[in-house]
Amino acid sequence: MEYIPQILFLILIVIGFGLFGKSVMRIRRNILLGKDLDRSDNSSLRWKTMAKVAMGQSKMVVRPVAGTLHLIVYIGFVLINIEVLEIMIDGLFGTHRVFAPLLGGLYTAAINFFEFLGVLVIIACAAFLYRRNVMKIGRFHSTEMKGWPFKDANYILIIEIVLMSALLTMNAAEGAYPVGHEVGGPFFISGLIAPIFAGLSYETLHLIERVCWWAHIIGIIFFLNYLPFSKHFHIMLAFPNVFYSKLTPKGQFDNLASVKKEVELMMDPNADPYAAPPEADPNAAPQRFGAKDVQDLNWVQLMNAYSCTECGRCTSNCPANITGKKLSPRKIMMDVRDRLEDVGAIIDINKGTFVDDGKSLLHDHITPEELWACTSCNACTEACPVNIDPLSIIIDLRRYLVMEESSMPTELATVMSNIENNGAPWQFAQADRANWVTED
Amino acid sequence: MGLQVKTMAEWMAEGKEPEVLFWVGSAGAFDDRAKKITRAFVKILNQAGVQFGILGTEESASGDVAKRAGNEFLFMMQAMTNIQVMNAYNVKRIVTTCPHDFNTLKNEYKELGGEYEVMHHTEFIKKLIDANKLKVSSSMVGKKITFHDPCYLGRGNEIFDAPRELLKLTGVELIEMKRSKRNSLCCGAGGAQMFKEAEPGNKEINMERTEEALGLKPDIIVTGCPFCNTMITDGVKYSDKQDETQVLDVAEMIAQANGL
Repeated sequence: MEYIPQILFLILIVIGFGLFGKSVMRIRRNILLGKDLDRSDNSSLRWKTMAKVAMGQSKMVVRPVAGTLHLIVYIGFVLINIEVLEIMIDGLFGTHRVFAPLLGGLYTAAINFFEFLGVLVIIACAAFLYRRNVMKIGRFHSTEMKGWPFKDANYILIIEIVLMSALLTMNAAEGAYPVGHEVGGPFFISGLIAPIFAGLSYETLHLIERVCWWAHIIGIIFFLNYLPFSKHFHIMLAFPNVFYSKLTPKGQFDNLASVKKEVELMMDPNADPYAAPPEADPNAAPQRFGAKDVQDLNWVQLMNAYSCTECGRCTSNCPANITGKKLSPRKIMMDVRDRLEDVGAIIDINKGTFVDDGKSLLHDHITPEELWACTSCNACTEACPVNIDPLSIIIDLRRYLVMEESSMPTELATVMSNIENNGAPWQFAQADRANWVTED
Repeated sequence: MGLQVKTMAEWMAEGKEPEVLFWVGSAGAFDDRAKKITRAFVKILNQAGVQFGILGTEESASGDVAKRAGNEFLFMMQAMTNIQVMNAYNVKRIVTTCPHDFNTLKNEYKELGGEYEVMHHTEFIKKLIDANKLKVSSSMVGKKITFHDPCYLGRGNEIFDAPRELLKLTGVELIEMKRSKRNSLCCGAGGAQMFKEAEPGNKEINMERTEEALGLKPDIIVTGCPFCNTMITDGVKYSDKQDETQVLDVAEMIAQANGL
């Protein structure tokens, strides 16, 4: 009988981590539906960027209020989770506060520090809830934030407050143990709460302590399994996402290798224009210029979508969005994720193969009107605290519109034929290109 | 005195190579406002005695607009044609007054066989000053100005200081907009927007930006891009402030300070 809690704990852990592992593998599979992209270069700069931007939160603190609050929750989350190690050992081996006798005074200091952090996390989460629900800060209430995305954010904050409260209540109940039953301590902050338990028997207090202990670990396992379905998955992907982010100048766009090959052939005076094309690989996926659906994007762009926590800094800095256009870089990222989840679900239903559902990222999720509003100014990529690149996705979708659908605003069609015919966006003869030298 | 300009073909006919190619760009060659910037820059080059060449009628659109609009085919055809021409003249260094061409030539041509040292004219003028080839007279003391960072110069290629350092040499008082440098707001022209109507919205981007600049009550709004110049000039006119506030390029500021 005395092993029952340990067995229950073991079952909880195995199922909890098993389900989480399954979710992670599903996301990994979805991300790898994207096209190959080699980002294995320059690893020392990549590590440095990750240390600065992801671990060091350098782009978060550009906005000091949100940045500081986030820093508190981030540090609190990372450090307080050290305690989960003790919870694991205690749960599996039926011990209680296994590190207390081993570490002595250091243990008391550590728990005191965690309690202090826990209170700061509760305050920060409460402030976040206030900003979202009472202050109604604009970027949390745009069209793409209606419904689930808005609730998701609140759920996360509430779960975090519940987890921290359970930890503090647990310590407080223990702190109120009558003489002869003391464990560890004294813990300063839970000691302040302890008086509310005054007069309760040891048995009741112990029960409260146990309930909180279980609530805390069950909460953690629940939270872990909530993450892959939530924007909050950024706590995992922010690090690889920054690591694999673009290192070249922001202004530089990639050159499409497929187009390069064709144009080189066209411009090669020795190429035989009547040569039969090489035998096509019948199993090869049809090549598209640009992107119509999520599978046409590369894996980094798809990882970007799962790393996005919908903070909306991109959108609030986007000149098109500021002036009332439909484009929202955040929506682009949310659309990619939504469509990728749909594609993943179709693959799961059809036992590993994708069956065309007549829908695509372009048109069904993202409209040409949104794409044509972009000025390619890179305000969104600059603002993103985890180096997400919505611009590259916008350009890949534009490429599909222009090169595969020949669809573009009429003025741009004129501009392109001007460039083709006379080498300038305007209709001026190339022979007049040096006229400015003699005009005044 | 007229402008001293030689084409690369003329240099080659003399059996010589200039220090640098001045890439004029389509706007710089054809747009009436941008041509003034081109001419101002050439005056500076002439004053500093720089041996430079232009491609003249052999230059063609860089392909930036085509690429940002999604037409990778057209971009590559333009790029490869230009690269063939420039490589035939053994071009090694390029300077341009257009941040878009600067970005494309510097970053996007190299993979296609065009490896050059490419400089924006503000960087190039800065180098002339550092090498004592050019002096800037601080004759514009008393003028209050603000600088608008072109996206492809600033955020796009991290050049924030060169234009500001040049402007300070003219003696002006430089005041910054709230959104500047990394956080600068686009003028609304990039990504091929220059050539199309804006999508439906409640404001033009150039007005959003111009109003921010005009809020500082500057005598001059300075920028370093022919497209930004057009957008902000339009914004100033629309706000009916053209009598109080001028819109100038950094090159025009230097030329004006030196009485060119």
